[in-house]
Amino acid sequence: MLDPVTLAVIQAGLQQVCDEMDLTFSRAAFSPVIAEADDRSDGIYSAEDGSLIAQGSKGLPVFVGVMQFSTRTIVERIRNGLTAAPEPGDIYIVNDPYLGGTHLMDVRFAMPVWRDGAIYCWLSNTGHWPDTGGMVPGGFSASAISAEQEGLRIPPVKLFKKGVLDTEIWQIICSNIRVSDQRIGDVQAQASALLIGAERLAVMLDRYGDATVTEAIAEMRVRAAQQMRAMIGLIADGSYSATAIVDSDGVVNEPLKIAVTVSKTAGGLTFDFSKSSPPCMGPMNSVRATTLSSVYLAMRHIFPDVPISAGAFEPLAVIGIEGTFLDARYPRPVSGCAAEVSQRIAEAVFAALVQAIPDRVTAAPAGTSGNFGLGGHDPDSGQDYVMYQISGGGYGGNADHDGLSNGCSTIGISKAPPVEIMEQKFPVLYRHYALHEGSGGAGTHRGGFGLDYEIELLRGQARASFVMDHGRTGPLGGQGGQDGGVNRVEVIRGGETFVPPHLSKAQDIVLAPGDRVRVRTPGGGGFGDPLLRDPALVAEDVRLGRYTAAQARALWNWPG
Amino acid sequence: MAGLVAGIDVGGTFTDLVIVDPATGAVRLAKVPTTLPNQAPGVLSALEEAGADLADIDLIVHGTTTTTNAVLERTLAKTGLITTLGFRDVLELGRRTRPHAYGMHGVFVPIIPRDLRLEVPERMDARGSVLMPLDEAAVRKAALRLRDVGCESVVIHFLHAYANPAHERRAADIVAEVWPNQHITMGHALLSESREYERGVTAAVNASVQPLLERYVSRLADQLAARGYAHDLLVMNGNGGMVSARSVSKEAVKTVMSGPASGVMAAVATGRRAGMTNLLTYDMGGTSTDVAMIKGGQAPVSNEIEVEYAMPIHVPMVDVRTVGAGGGSIARLDAAGMLRVGPESAGSSPGPVCYGRGGTRVTISDANLLLGRLPAARFGQAAEAARAAMAEQIATPLGLSVEQAAEAVVRIANIHMAGAIRMVSISMGADPRDFALFAFGGAGPLHAVALARELAVPTVLIPARPGITNALGCVVADLRQDFVRTVNRPLDTVDIDTVQAIFAEQDAEGRRLIGAEKIRLAAVRTEFSVDMQFVGQTHLLRVALPDGTPSRDDLQRLFEATYHDRFRVTLPTIKANLVNLNVSVIGERPEMDLSALIDRSGRKATAVAGTSRPVWFDGWVDTPVYWRDHLPLNLDLSGPAIIEQMDTTIVIDPGCRVSSDPDGNLIVQVPHA
Repeated sequence: MLDPVTLAVIQAGLQQVCDEMDLTFSRAAFSPVIAEADDRSDGIYSAEDGSLIAQGSKGLPVFVGVMQFSTRTIVERIRNGLTAAPEPGDIYIVNDPYLGGTHLMDVRFAMPVWRDGAIYCWLSNTGHWPDTGGMVPGGFSASAISAEQEGLRIPPVKLFKKGVLDTEIWQIICSNIRVSDQRIGDVQAQASALLIGAERLAVMLDRYGDATVTEAIAEMRVRAAQQMRAMIGLIADGSYSATAIVDSDGVVNEPLKIAVTVSKTAGGLTFDFSKSSPPCMGPMNSVRATTLSSVYLAMRHIFPDVPISAGAFEPLAVIGIEGTFLDARYPRPVSGCAAEVSQRIAEAVFAALVQAIPDRVTAAPAGTSGNFGLGGHDPDSGQDYVMYQISGGGYGGNADHDGLSNGCSTIGISKAPPVEIMEQKFPVLYRHYALHEGSGGAGTHRGGFGLDYEIELLRGQARASFVMDHGRTGPLGGQGGQDGGVNRVEVIRGGETFVPPHLSKAQDIVLAPGDRVRVRTPGGGGFGDPLLRDPALVAEDVRLGRYTAAQARALWNWPG
Repeated sequence: MAGLVAGIDVGGTFTDLVIVDPATGAVRLAKVPTTLPNQAPGVLSALEEAGADLADIDLIVHGTTTTTNAVLERTLAKTGLITTLGFRDVLELGRRTRPHAYGMHGVFVPIIPRDLRLEVPERMDARGSVLMPLDEAAVRKAALRLRDVGCESVVIHFLHAYANPAHERRAADIVAEVWPNQHITMGHALLSESREYERGVTAAVNASVQPLLERYVSRLADQLAARGYAHDLLVMNGNGGMVSARSVSKEAVKTVMSGPASGVMAAVATGRRAGMTNLLTYDMGGTSTDVAMIKGGQAPVSNEIEVEYAMPIHVPMVDVRTVGAGGGSIARLDAAGMLRVGPESAGSSPGPVCYGRGGTRVTISDANLLLGRLPAARFGQAAEAARAAMAEQIATPLGLSVEQAAEAVVRIANIHMAGAIRMVSISMGADPRDFALFAFGGAGPLHAVALARELAVPTVLIPARPGITNALGCVVADLRQDFVRTVNRPLDTVDIDTVQAIFAEQDAEGRRLIGAEKIRLAAVRTEFSVDMQFVGQTHLLRVALPDGTPSRDDLQRLFEATYHDRFRVTLPTIKANLVNLNVSVIGERPEMDLSALIDRSGRKATAVAGTSRPVWFDGWVDTPVYWRDHLPLNLDLSGPAIIEQMDTTIVIDPGCRVSSDPDGNLIVQVPHA
């Protein structure tokens, strides 16, 4: 039996290896999406079945637990002879959503760690590439109806063989993606993070001995499961249900339903999604790996102390996703799964569990990445451009305080680009960048406010696309609080205001100079009965112009 | 006796004073309790305690936390904002973040409340062309309104003012006509680069601490003058240089992080004299630990420091990173029985159990006490309480002895601190093994040797007076003026003559400002550097230049070399981008003789332990305890040993060797397997 000190020491050491991989990847990466937005993650996985041993704490939250599915697929395919067996120095690449992935833009590398000629464990990382081909630059389409339209799909193959980049595979990739000339910088960064990890892990194994570390890993898994169970112990026996609504799939203008019933069982929690909508035609399908990790992500937000490891997920059973849009199969399009559907799955989990542990869970946060893409030609620079404005929104009110305004999406932690940088790079002018007044859901503690911005096209023609959500319904209130304000998109063309039929999703709306796009992102859900809010706080919000007097009267019965 | 130099640093608990006579090297010290919120009485009583005649002092350099505390506690002057139509909420929206990666809780209070943020019609585009002229009447009206609601300070912050400051300047003139004081801050004046949130917060912090700092330093200067001090009071800046009290409040924001900066400057000076120019500074206090990396005898300076969540201050400051572990960090078992240390802290109130101030949860300090690393006598009855708490909270549930539990707590804490230090060094592209650990602060010397083992650092340097390092930093600091100019163009399109002209102009301006201070200098030198990246990247890499007249080829070559040095990658097909031009003009003060920091009297010929006590190193070891002031000047000692001095305890593990140098620094050689 391992002593408790060595166990804690090895746990801290494995965590450190992962954190160093995260840091190396970001610092060396080329794409802003990785270097600045930290849209990447690194971890250590078991040799046996790819289950998660430890994951970097600096990884993008959406990737909680997700690479164990792709690593498992690789391990199984090698075992079944579908993928070539590894030799020292080999690194696999894969981005297939249906083989334990997310969307195509999340490209995974996986590398075995060798000890005495055998595989001790796997290191794997994911980086969001700026483009992997497909019908729209960047990959976030609102209208794809099959996987082939979304980009290049890569099965697990060796990109590095005995430490050397396979230039033939690399050329195939480069011929199928946009701005390929800069990708080599990201590939080197992604590989060097794994190499650094292997180096650091070897030092640990030498110091403590392989057998001791193996024993510690097994014990860590047991402890993480215990810890998650102890947290689940805070939840009263029973079942808690909630439904989150996705506006539409972008193609068929019908709402999609994410219905979850969370039940406390002897072994842990069961998340039953069987009453959710069937697979959809447009790109708002999710794949199995993404759905599971979205549940894990939500639990991590609720219990941030539990380490991210396969053990922590053991007590969490996700059932009933077969036959729903949360477990889509080839060739269903899936580009909206990681940025949008994942957040709405988390919202459904929050909304169910806020009933059970209201002191731990907030009312729903904005829950959309607010992706607005603008592509066009700038006659001044003579070049084509693609601009993305990704936005946050209000967070949910909670037992302790009002929700945060303009928080990052549930799945991200990146910073928004400054208006000044956007105006330097693209032929646009922001007419305002402000609080989305009135958007915080009413409650004892109200939701935070979303963002309200308006962009004018200055030069040349351009096409605007939107992949957002929460246009039909606002983020769910909790414990008697009201829903947050909805997402609103308006396109002002030639002086006339146009609202996209799908409200939050649209593709290729043609804009001319002087045309404008106004976006108001969702506010957070309110928490608790609005009538119990301190009237002085309502008065303060009115004084600061966050709500009009009329809104305050309607929402809080404010006498002023 | 005249010509004395005094350094005074105000810390959270104590105000420290060092007075050096540069002619003889004689030193006087004082340590008195810090007074809050007005720090001046503490400063004056420190001078009094040292028995200094202020007429003999030529130079007083002061490190103050007046602005730091005001920002962290939000006790700020009432401040208004005048900004571009449509953008008043920039300061509240931030960069769309949340405080922690996991957990949807968190609050953020903007520096200036919404009702004091007023908009006026005006607009520049990104190239600095006027899209909408400034509405001067609206500026006047806004200024009057802010004045009439009692604002003491005002910020003028317009979009793209870094590209064209004309509107900000005109608005400032208009405001000045009706504003009752000098407290008008223009956004572009402090930081002339894009990113409206960072520039706006930097300006807003400046404005809202300016009246407080001005009142504090001018009163203190008056009080010093009344006591006979006949020279300028100088104040430490966060860039590790000092600036006259007369002008410090103009750029008050630069003092916000000055405390940690002076510690780093002391390390630079101490290391230089000891022949060690690569140092990791390690300042462990009650709630947190500050770490900085000194390479080649240069303090690291960054323009991008965040003092707390969503509070970026983008002016050049010594790059000190804070790690959330200190003596007060709490040890606990999590729900699965795993031992965790921190990040929760008992701080200084209630503090560790052994302080006897009502703390009930065991901390790193309690563990140090139970292992014999701290003297039990100092803690009296509370030592027993610490033992009981360790037994109940950690040892019994884990089936360990109290000592084993305490050892585990210290070990886990060291692993976390070592990990954090590794992350700091990696993010700066360095390997900690190439550095010596410079340990100071109350708890730094307790952990330094064990930490060095964990990091595979071969040498630990413990300065003569670890407890007054910040005050020493004030004494040795240079005058310093920093300039940043944003270019942000592909290198092949940059007009290189303009680059050289900007360097020359900023060099001259810096020399003019430094020349205007009446301080005796040994030399004035200028450091030139650029921030570069490959086109398409967002991270910047700082490239040092040998002089201010680089050719385009020089810039390309030096950038590629620096990039390869950092990332081991060459990218010949991708173009380079020139982002910032940096100039630092440094007025070097004459080197101080620090050898009198140790007391030479009372030294014994050989190291003789006063007492011994059992100290836990994988088991109890009867360990000699030395009084540092009695150690011989040519020390050569092997661990295990405990070395005590007035304000800290140094632990030397078995197998390590300690020597001392002429300045009284202890140099510990840490063997590695």
